[in-house]
Amino acid sequence: MSLGRYVGRRLAVTVPVLFGVTALTFSFVHLLPGDAVDAIVGFRAVSPATEAATRAEYHLDQPVWDQYLLWLRDAITLEFGESPVTGRDVSATIGRRLPATLALGGAAWLLALAIGIPAGIVAAVRAGEPADEVGRLAALAGIATPNFWLGLILLFVFSVRLGWFRVLPPDAPLVSLATAKFLVLPTITLGTASAALVMRLLRSSMRRELDATYVTAARAKGLPERTVILKHVLRNAVLPVVTVAGLQLAFLVDGAVVVEGIFSWPGMGRLLVQSVLQRDYPVIQAIVLVIGIAIVLANLLVDIVYAILDPRIRY
Amino acid sequence: MALLEVEDLVVQYYTDDGVVRAVDGLSYEIRAGETVGLVGESGAGKSAASRAVLRLLDGTGEIVGGEIRFRGRDIRELSADDLQAIRGNEIAMVFQDAGAALNPVYTVGEQIAETIRVHEDASDGEARNRTIALLDRVGIPNPAARYADYPHEFSGGMQQRAVIAMALSCDPAVLICDEPTTGLDVTVQAGILELLAELAAKSETAIQLVTHDLGVVAELCDRVLVQYAGEIVERAPVDELYYDPKHPYTVGLLAATPRLDDDRERLPTIPRPAPDLVDPPTGCRFHPRCPYAEDCCASRRPSLVDPVSGRPVDGDPETHVAACLEYTGDLEAGLDYEVQIRDDADSNCRERKQQGEPR
Ligand code: SF4
Repeated sequence: MSLGRYVGRRLAVTVPVLFGVTALTFSFVHLLPGDAVDAIVGFRAVSPATEAATRAEYHLDQPVWDQYLLWLRDAITLEFGESPVTGRDVSATIGRRLPATLALGGAAWLLALAIGIPAGIVAAVRAGEPADEVGRLAALAGIATPNFWLGLILLFVFSVRLGWFRVLPPDAPLVSLATAKFLVLPTITLGTASAALVMRLLRSSMRRELDATYVTAARAKGLPERTVILKHVLRNAVLPVVTVAGLQLAFLVDGAVVVEGIFSWPGMGRLLVQSVLQRDYPVIQAIVLVIGIAIVLANLLVDIVYAILDPRIRY
Repeated sequence: MALLEVEDLVVQYYTDDGVVRAVDGLSYEIRAGETVGLVGESGAGKSAASRAVLRLLDGTGEIVGGEIRFRGRDIRELSADDLQAIRGNEIAMVFQDAGAALNPVYTVGEQIAETIRVHEDASDGEARNRTIALLDRVGIPNPAARYADYPHEFSGGMQQRAVIAMALSCDPAVLICDEPTTGLDVTVQAGILELLAELAAKSETAIQLVTHDLGVVAELCDRVLVQYAGEIVERAPVDELYYDPKHPYTVGLLAATPRLDDDRERLPTIPRPAPDLVDPPTGCRFHPRCPYAEDCCASRRPSLVDPVSGRPVDGDPETHVAACLEYTGDLEAGLDYEVQIRDDADSNCRERKQQGEPR
């Protein structure tokens, strides 16, 4: 099967999955104890008029199936209405927060790959040598360090003590030097564990691949060791890493909850925490939907990259 | 000077059970254009011996002694760059499991073409055209289209042909084939053997054929080396080995070689398992399994001698030699087996030797 047809088929499968995600997201308000209106208004006492208005706004006066379709129509057009808590437009709120989270998450992800992949290669090729031992210790430390602790230490040392970085985000556009500089510490905080994970995973899968006959065969052909490792071994060894890296991409978006809190970064993570504390259900619902879609898309991306790297997958 | 000379080669593997001497004092030579079979049971160190030639030992394997001279240069002393220039270019390998020897994520064509590109100053287009010609030469139909196929789209036999094409890509002086037909079904085996026989007959390439199958050797080889427990126990031109085997181990191997028209239900096998290479038997290594073993066999180590004169032979690799105490006059009762030669209409080579009843 050609790659194009594989991607097409994979895309077609994604559509029902996305419907599933929306259905789950939709139903979670209805699964909460009590009336949906109570949940939406945050279990506060409201006047009958407000209740009726809320009921109408969220189509709660109609059968569940119709409610879902109406909600879906709104969701597709990004109409999540207003937050009953803050009174702000939910879509606009998320639209403001999402880029910040994507910037931090994306930077952390790139950092994880930029460190994890070369470190994993070196550790696998130099297995048992000092470079490998040091790398493995560092990876273990990276995985074992809770990111709130790492974030606080970095913030304390480099921002508070040394004053190299700002403690609070600058009042600058997202794409600016000041913001980029501020993002250094949060990126390290968020990316460290992922880098360590990628490194360990790649190391072990490369070690496995290095024993394969095709590697000996590649050497027997007289290929330089560099080509053997970077062309023949890496492409096979990176496959399990692709799966994990794809899921990491999705998790970095919501894993940012803690890190965004520490660095006062105005992203979705903080928005989620605020919304939960304030029982701002429409916002929570929208965030859950965004995260769900992110995970589905990350999976799609993983499958496509996998198929590009490994021709056997296309069957 | 022979093309490839191996002298006193010692290869060790480090295992949990101890140090395994997979190859122990192996010496042989291969001259330009000839086909030499290296025969023995699995575990006799044949693969280790042939991988050592290109310094490609797997796992913990290490060459601990001896010399491997190719055109007079010791392979063990070569720098990484010099070694790479020889691998795949002057000495090429055909691996036992072709499916595993091909990288699953690159096309078959690319894996052959890259060998050409790395050794020769060929453009991408030239390498591609030569690859297609090679695929054609090894009998892959529709080679231009199959160039872009991935290994999993090839059948087992086609994979083996592709691996042979890969090994031939730079016209090597020596081709080392490690069990090239093992694991393939009989008809496919026959096709591969035919291809190798063609190569052996036509080209200038010398072939070192490593196998446990004396039938394969008979079809392809000029000379045979029989390896047991890491050392050579008999060496002879192929006809002499078949008509007049001198070493009891060779006799046992021949008796265990199946024939196309075989009517025996079970083949006789050499009793007892292959020797423990961590702690090899003293004296003649074959003595625990040899039907003619006498007391002296456990203590005295036989050397390779001319069975007629009982003296070691230097020089001519065509001379028939065997390492058994019989030929140095140390056995009291001597060897007692009888060789039956059967003429088969369908086979020019599969005469069988029957081992005599051990006393
Ligand atoms: S030396 Fe003794 S044990 Fe060895 S092959 Fe000859 S007869 Fe058998």
